[in-house]
Amino acid sequence: MKKPLKLTVNGEPREFFVEPYFSLLDALRDELHLTGTKKGCDEGDCGACTVLLDGKPVTSCLVLAHSAHDSQVTTIEGLAGQDGLLHPVQQAFVTHGGLQCGFCTPGLVMSAVGLLQENSDPSVDEVKYAIGGNLCRCTGYSKVIESIMAAAQEIRDGNG
Amino acid sequence: MARFEYLEARTLRQAISLLQRHGDEARIVAGSTDFLVRWRQGVWQPKYVVNIGRIASLRRISYSRRLGLRLGALVSVRDLETHPQIQSNYSALSAAAASFAGVQVRNLATVGGNVCNASPAGDTLPALLAFDAQCKIAGPEGDRWVALSEFFTGPGRTVLQTGEILTELRLPPPLPNTGSLYIKHSPRGAMDIATLGVASVISLEGSGRVCRNLRIGLGAVAPTPIRASSAESLLWGREVTPELITSAAQAAKADAKPIGDVRGSAEHRQDMVAVLTQRTLDRALDMARGNPMAFEMQRQFAIQAAF
Repeated sequence: MKKPLKLTVNGEPREFFVEPYFSLLDALRDELHLTGTKKGCDEGDCGACTVLLDGKPVTSCLVLAHSAHDSQVTTIEGLAGQDGLLHPVQQAFVTHGGLQCGFCTPGLVMSAVGLLQENSDPSVDEVKYAIGGNLCRCTGYSKVIESIMAAAQEIRDGNG
Repeated sequence: MARFEYLEARTLRQAISLLQRHGDEARIVAGSTDFLVRWRQGVWQPKYVVNIGRIASLRRISYSRRLGLRLGALVSVRDLETHPQIQSNYSALSAAAASFAGVQVRNLATVGGNVCNASPAGDTLPALLAFDAQCKIAGPEGDRWVALSEFFTGPGRTVLQTGEILTELRLPPPLPNTGSLYIKHSPRGAMDIATLGVASVISLEGSGRVCRNLRIGLGAVAPTPIRASSAESLLWGREVTPELITSAAQAAKADAKPIGDVRGSAEHRQDMVAVLTQRTLDRALDMARGNPMAFEMQRQFAIQAAF
């Protein structure tokens, strides 16, 4: 039976009903219709479902929705500013072509945002470690890494 | 997929009573990273899921030179990786944590969960064994202590009885002149299960020549993570020479009882035990002799992938 769940999603308090066995990913997609967060493998291997949970990147397919009650969740939909301006990481993926089909992109962007919140001056190796849990099956990772390095520079320059 | 009821314990006492009430129909979760995968596969079908992840008292990390390291069962694998005092005093454990899945899973997964899941390939387990971790178990009758080396009884099996919960791991303080290193061998360089893993922790007498203490933890080469006891006993109290290290690596190979599977044949695993034991011992010895290795470098060592 569905039970009430309270979360703050992208800064907005939400209270809704969720099955006890739902993952956070299913709750976001099926109940809140936030379908920017993708379901790839549904077993924590691909990283397409990455969201920030209390500021930290997590695979939302491995989080029991109810275990996240009272938490802060940030999804890809929550990154752009009120004015519609993209987050520097999103903008860098666009500018540097850090995507092809786009399915893995929300997850990669969220992992990158998680990294840059902790470390706005990462080395290429640190970027690689940070996105080790995100699989891209089209384009490879060079332009993704390039995008994240460029976003880090933007943020350091104060344009974030 | 069999549906389940979600129950949440706010205190340890509450958790134990929920587990007693529901017996074999209940399963504990914390990070739920193992649970949700096994549940979707239909392998685990509990009627009740008891989430202990919100019990704040199980989240503590403390380190002192006198008491060593105390890890609440809910400490995340990411914390093992990034905690400065774990990195500096138990570096093989931090490196092992860095080899564990990806950042997103490490933020969720708990050290207690990795121990209780009791996978022979659990990434933190060889290092925890090599640092001589002791397990504090809470149950209806009170607390009891079990050495981690006695904790595992088979793949996915532990000494935990119904109503019992692993609450804390204690690692004794490192001796002076200690070096430690972990190496995981796996098909891929990230997001893979270990073909095998080896953690070595060696401490030398003040002279820097005689082995005062040595523990070697082996993962994915037996039904449970194990210590390479015969390799360890070859070196204890003796002057460490390159020949003796090679003999110890061969002895570790004999300590391993691997199976063959998709990640490697039994023979490959057995051969690699000798290779990785030698490699971890060589480097750990160098560190024990006063040549520290930066954590960045240890993290690079931690995964040696086939591809």
